[in-house]
Amino acid sequence: MGDYLIYTDPASCVACHACEIACKVKNQVPAGASLGKIVVLGPRLMNGQPMMSSLFVPCFHCEDAWCLNACPVNAIRKRNKDGLVYILRELCVGCKSCILACPWHIPQWDAAAGKAMKCDLCMDRIDEGLEPACVAVCPTDALQFGEPAALSQKSREAYGLGLLGRSRTRYGH
Amino acid sequence: MKKTVYTLCFMCSVRCPIAVVVEDDQVVSIEGNPHVPAMKGGVCPKGAAAVGWVNDPQRVHGPMIRSGARGAGQWKTASWDAALDYTADRCRDIFEKYGSKSAVYCERVNLATDVSKTFMKAIGSPNYFSHDTVCKGSINTACRSLTGYTDAQINADWGNARHVILYGRNIFESMEVKAMNALLDAMRQGTKLTTVDPRVSITAAKSSRFMMIRPGTDLALNYALMHVIIKERHFYDVKYVDRWVEGFDKLCNFVKDFTPEWAEGETGIPAGDIVQLAKEINEAKPAVIFHYGYRGSSHPNEIYFRRSIMILNALMGSIEAKGGVFVKKGPKDVGLTAGIRKFSDQQFPKMADGRRFDGCGQDKFPIADTAHGVGAMFPSAVLNEDPYPLKVLFAFRYDPLFSLCDYQQTLRALEKLELIVSCDINFGGTTSRADVILPESFFLERSDPLQMAAGLKPAINRRIACIKPRFDTKPMWWILKQLAQRLGVGEYFPYETIEDIWKYQLADMGIQAEDFDKKGFVSLSDKPLLWNRENGIQFKTPSGKIEFVSSLMEKHGFASFPPYENLDTPQDRFRLIVGRCAAHTNVMTQNNTYLNELVPENVLWINSNRAAALGIKDTDLVEIASSVGSGRLKAFVTNMIHPEAVFMLHGFGHQEPESRRSYRRGVADAMIQESIVDPVGGSPAFDHTLVTVKRV
Repeated sequence: MGDYLIYTDPASCVACHACEIACKVKNQVPAGASLGKIVVLGPRLMNGQPMMSSLFVPCFHCEDAWCLNACPVNAIRKRNKDGLVYILRELCVGCKSCILACPWHIPQWDAAAGKAMKCDLCMDRIDEGLEPACVAVCPTDALQFGEPAALSQKSREAYGLGLLGRSRTRYGH
Repeated sequence: MKKTVYTLCFMCSVRCPIAVVVEDDQVVSIEGNPHVPAMKGGVCPKGAAAVGWVNDPQRVHGPMIRSGARGAGQWKTASWDAALDYTADRCRDIFEKYGSKSAVYCERVNLATDVSKTFMKAIGSPNYFSHDTVCKGSINTACRSLTGYTDAQINADWGNARHVILYGRNIFESMEVKAMNALLDAMRQGTKLTTVDPRVSITAAKSSRFMMIRPGTDLALNYALMHVIIKERHFYDVKYVDRWVEGFDKLCNFVKDFTPEWAEGETGIPAGDIVQLAKEINEAKPAVIFHYGYRGSSHPNEIYFRRSIMILNALMGSIEAKGGVFVKKGPKDVGLTAGIRKFSDQQFPKMADGRRFDGCGQDKFPIADTAHGVGAMFPSAVLNEDPYPLKVLFAFRYDPLFSLCDYQQTLRALEKLELIVSCDINFGGTTSRADVILPESFFLERSDPLQMAAGLKPAINRRIACIKPRFDTKPMWWILKQLAQRLGVGEYFPYETIEDIWKYQLADMGIQAEDFDKKGFVSLSDKPLLWNRENGIQFKTPSGKIEFVSSLMEKHGFASFPPYENLDTPQDRFRLIVGRCAAHTNVMTQNNTYLNELVPENVLWINSNRAAALGIKDTDLVEIASSVGSGRLKAFVTNMIHPEAVFMLHGFGHQEPESRRSYRRGVADAMIQESIVDPVGGSPAFDHTLVTVKRV
């Protein structure tokens, strides 16, 4: 995902799909298409108790991107500074090669414009110091955005502090 | 230039605090108000989809007067003056003949409700009702019968609770963001969540324990819990009950035969699980919330079910405990001498005839809340002219046609009216059949009267316009004043602008309108305010205590503990239960472009075994029918619903041709539900209707 990661915390996700709607609003995605998608397993019953889990699937911004390699007119570019893969709309000729080439068919089709469109992780927002629209809108903070190292630090710290807070033993004593 | 405006959402009635980024009069983004930490910077899907309405070609674009048959979709656009003059002229003619009491006003409670009530008092009609009566009339009455406070005057301290028990209350799909986050955070720290529901909702799936209950038997479960808590285990908070409860002995005697084994037969929940739940509640007390609302188990005896929930809270000492249920605090609790001034508190001429259309607070529903009325009575009152002819309906941001049970009956009532005036954002069912539409500006386009948000930490909130109205629309406080002036009662509306209104509201509080600029709200307290549990809880009952034996009820001839009545579902029928999802608000949002795409129609949840016996497979088209109506929709065959119940989402099956996205998508629950009302509490029995289901 370029230099970034979007992490889904299934315990916090309530499968409300606000992420998808905020993405559509921000990126003017036509009906039927979705740049970012929240995939939900369940609710389903396991031994009489219901379970559910979710995972947000935006574009992965692959290091060696199939879509970029497939584009015959070089309309798909990769930013040097952070590796985000995006479409230059004015160059897109609408051949759909990128959609076919992507193993997950992540680029979307904008029928009205006759062009492909894809998640650019809201790079304009990133450049303003903001999070992608999908992450920013999440009402339960189930989606977290950042650089992998920072996310790892944050998660480990939260886990450690949780243990320390709950434990009656004093670690190190 | 980009600017951030702090305002209040109104995609549903929660009114979350939001931050709207605006550039060149366009909405750039809508997120949670960062000054309110529990919003976590986010909004729900409805909030995210609000932008979909701003430029929607299917909105009501300006005042309109009907030019064809009602509901035919033929309209003449009009200027505000023309539409208001037309409305006032028609009203005057009708009032001359039938009196102004022939007018009924219904609305979804909103920030201009004070102005709505002022309007009705000014024209001299007692016939106001709100959405609240339909949503939670019996909850309101149950809470008042025990504590003296309505359900709106209490709340749950989700964040500090250690065990929360929900009966159909679908907290993770109703998207009250602050409450939802407080509970999720608490759960991360070990708080348990038990959900009781005939169906697996998202909330059920997020719970630590799910109890699939037989529809309509929640009351049996609660009586058994009381039995275990009082008789078998002495789990209740003795000190609290001794100090604060009236009628405990009566309850003890009443629950003595409601054993867990008996309840197992009623509810299908194993007796051992009921005892285990009681044990866990005991360990968590008093930080326990038995939540009293909202959707779920609405039957003609709903009042007793809702009372049983609050009685359980009282037994565990959780009312006014940290992590329990608390009475909301207001300006007086922080030492202020006065709160927000209300226009409806002015002196009005006395009404010649005070009888209400619904008999609320009077003969028919003596203890239902007159502040909200009993809206379910509206159609029959019109059709039977009981207690007198009703001729005019003001449907302001509320759609009785799709909100009240028995669509066909409501339709006949609407047809009988001489004048339907609707104030709406888009074309809802009633709006589509109106004679004149006075369209309100969208919440992003208007400023509204301030909101007194009572709570553990009381605050005052402000909605302020973020963008200019896109179409020829106006705020409701303006529309009502214009109408009032034309009806000769303009003097009760002493304002021209929203700033005048804010000034009037804040006159006694020492707060200025500018104080809201920084964060969108003004806090009245930094610390949570809880009363002293030894001697400081101010219950508003005649005894000053929690009245298990309710003086309010007994005085009007209603027993506090009537015998338990078993609710059986015949083997060839199902009990229709209804609810909501995260994407939609009642009957209002189905035509929003984004929300319509997310959840375009409802399906019928049916138990796998029952479906197999009827030859119904998943996604088959089925017909659901009751004594009042039928409809066709797709089946969702699943083991996640009790065999005796079928479930559908509320609010679909729209019939208004102007709302093209939602037109005839799915089935309206109102088309199927019979109009039965809890005679004590005042709620419609939404979950009571028996239906048949067959493959088409």
